[in-house]
Amino acid sequence: MNQTENILESSKELQDRKLMLEIVDLRKSFGDNHVLNGFNLELYEGENLVIMGKSGSGKSVMIKCLVGLMPADSGTIKVMGKDITKLNRVELDDTRTDIGFLFQGNALYDSMTVRENLEFPLRRHKAKFGIIEDTTPLVMEALESVGLAHTINLMPSELSGGMQKRIALARALILKPKIILYDEPTSGLDPITSKEIIELMRRVQKQYKTSSLIITHDVDCARVVSERMILLVDGTNYAEGTFAELASSEEEQVKAFFK
Amino acid sequence: MQKPKNAFKSFFIEVGELSYFAGRFFKEVFSRPFEFRELLRQCYNIGNKSILLVGVTGFIIGLVLTLQTRPTLEEFGAVSWMPSMVSISIIREIGPVIIALTFAGRIASGIGAELGSMKVTEQIDAMEVSGTNPFKFLVVTRILAATLMLPILVIFGDAVALYGSYIIENTKGDVSFVLYFNKVFKALEFSDIFPATIKTFFFGFAIGLVGCFKGYTCNKGTVGVGMAANSAVVYASMLLFVLDFIAVFVTDIFFEI
Repeated sequence: MNQTENILESSKELQDRKLMLEIVDLRKSFGDNHVLNGFNLELYEGENLVIMGKSGSGKSVMIKCLVGLMPADSGTIKVMGKDITKLNRVELDDTRTDIGFLFQGNALYDSMTVRENLEFPLRRHKAKFGIIEDTTPLVMEALESVGLAHTINLMPSELSGGMQKRIALARALILKPKIILYDEPTSGLDPITSKEIIELMRRVQKQYKTSSLIITHDVDCARVVSERMILLVDGTNYAEGTFAELASSEEEQVKAFFK
Repeated sequence: MQKPKNAFKSFFIEVGELSYFAGRFFKEVFSRPFEFRELLRQCYNIGNKSILLVGVTGFIIGLVLTLQTRPTLEEFGAVSWMPSMVSISIIREIGPVIIALTFAGRIASGIGAELGSMKVTEQIDAMEVSGTNPFKFLVVTRILAATLMLPILVIFGDAVALYGSYIIENTKGDVSFVLYFNKVFKALEFSDIFPATIKTFFFGFAIGLVGCFKGYTCNKGTVGVGMAANSAVVYASMLLFVLDFIAVFVTDIFFEI
C-alpha cells in the first residue's frame, strides 16, 4: 500500500468517528499583525491531534479563540456541533464543561490548596454529576489518576514543576471533559519529567476516553502522542499528516520542524 | 517620555476604561450567582490586614494633633476647647482622609499586585475556562469588601485617635476620661458624623475599584504587576482627594458647614 492510499484509509477511518471540534477559516488580527489567516481543524472522537508551529505562529491565539477567551475576527468554531462564537455566557460556560484546558504555565490558583484548586471548577458545575454534597471522591479520583493523592492539602508553591503540571491536568480532568486541550504540556520541564507527563497524557486519554488537541514544539512529545499532526505556519495549515509522513517530508519548511 | 498631547490622550483613555470597568461592576453586582462566601472571605482579609495599621495611624494622629495644637490653645487660654477641636477635625476630615490613604497604600497595591499576578500567570483565564465568571468572583467581591470595610475601619481609627488625644490631655491637663468624651460628644453634631461616614463608602469603593482595575487589566508580564501595584496606589490616592473635595462641596450645600 503506498503513502497516498494510507492517508485515504486513515482519513476514511477518522470520518467514521464523531466530530468533536471543527474550526473553519479562522482569522484573527491584532492591528496590522495577521496572526491567524484562515486556519482549519477537525478533531475526531478519541483522536490525538498535535499542532506544531514556531513561536508566534498563532498556536496559542488559536487555542484561546477555541475556548472563547479571545474573540475571533471571523470563522466558525464548533465544539461538538455548537458554534461557540454564537453562544451566550451561560451556554458557553456549559459547553466549557466538556473541555479541559491544561495551560502552558499550569495556571494553578496559588492562594488555594490543591483540593481547592480541584474543587473550583465544581462550584458551578456540580450538577453535571447529580446532586452531590461531598466533592472529596471526585477530587480524589482526579488526583489518583495523576498519582498525586497525597498532595491534596498542599499549596501549589510546595510542589515541583512536574507535580504542578500533573495537578493542573487533574484539575482539567475533574469535570470529566470529552476534549482536552494541552498548551505546550512539556515546556519548561526536564527530559525525564517531560517523558512522565507524556506517559500520563496517554494513560489519561485511555482512562477518560478523551479527544486531545496538543499544541507543542516538542518533537518527542509529538512523536509519542500524535495520531495526526498539523503544521501551523503564518496562521494557516501548512502541512498535515501522521508524524511519520511529516518527518519524512522532503520539503524544507517541514523538515525544519523535525531537526 | 510621553509628549504632553499623548499623555493627555492616554489619561482620557484610562478614565474612559475605568468608567467602563465601574459600569461592568454595577452590571455584575446585581446579577446572579452571588459570591457571598468569597465576599465574606475578602471582608475578613481586607479588614484583618488593615486593622493594626489603621489603629496605629489613628492613635498617632490623635497624639500628634493634640500635642501640636495644645501650645497654641494654651496661649489663648482655650485648652478646654481641645476635645471639641480635635474631635471635629478628626471625625470630619483628618480621620477619614488619612485612614483612607493608609488603606489605599495597603489594599489598592495588594489587590493590584494580586490580580496582576493572577492575570499574567493565566489564573484568570483558568477561572474563565472553568465556567466561573472571574470578574464577579475576583473584582466584584473585592470592591464590595473595600467599600464595606473602610467605613468600619475609619470609625475604629477615629475612636483610637480620640483615645490618643485623651491620653495627652489626661497626662498634661489631668482631664478625666468621662469629662473628655462628654466634651467630644457635645461638640459633635449629625452634620459632622453623617457626611464623613458616607464619604468613606465612596473612598472604599474608589480604592477597591482602582486596585481591581489596575490588576485586572495588567499586562507586560511581571514588570506590569509592579506597575499595576504602584499605579493603583497613586491613582487611588489622587481619586481620594478629588472625592473628598466633592464630598465637602456637597456637604456644604446640604449642611452649611
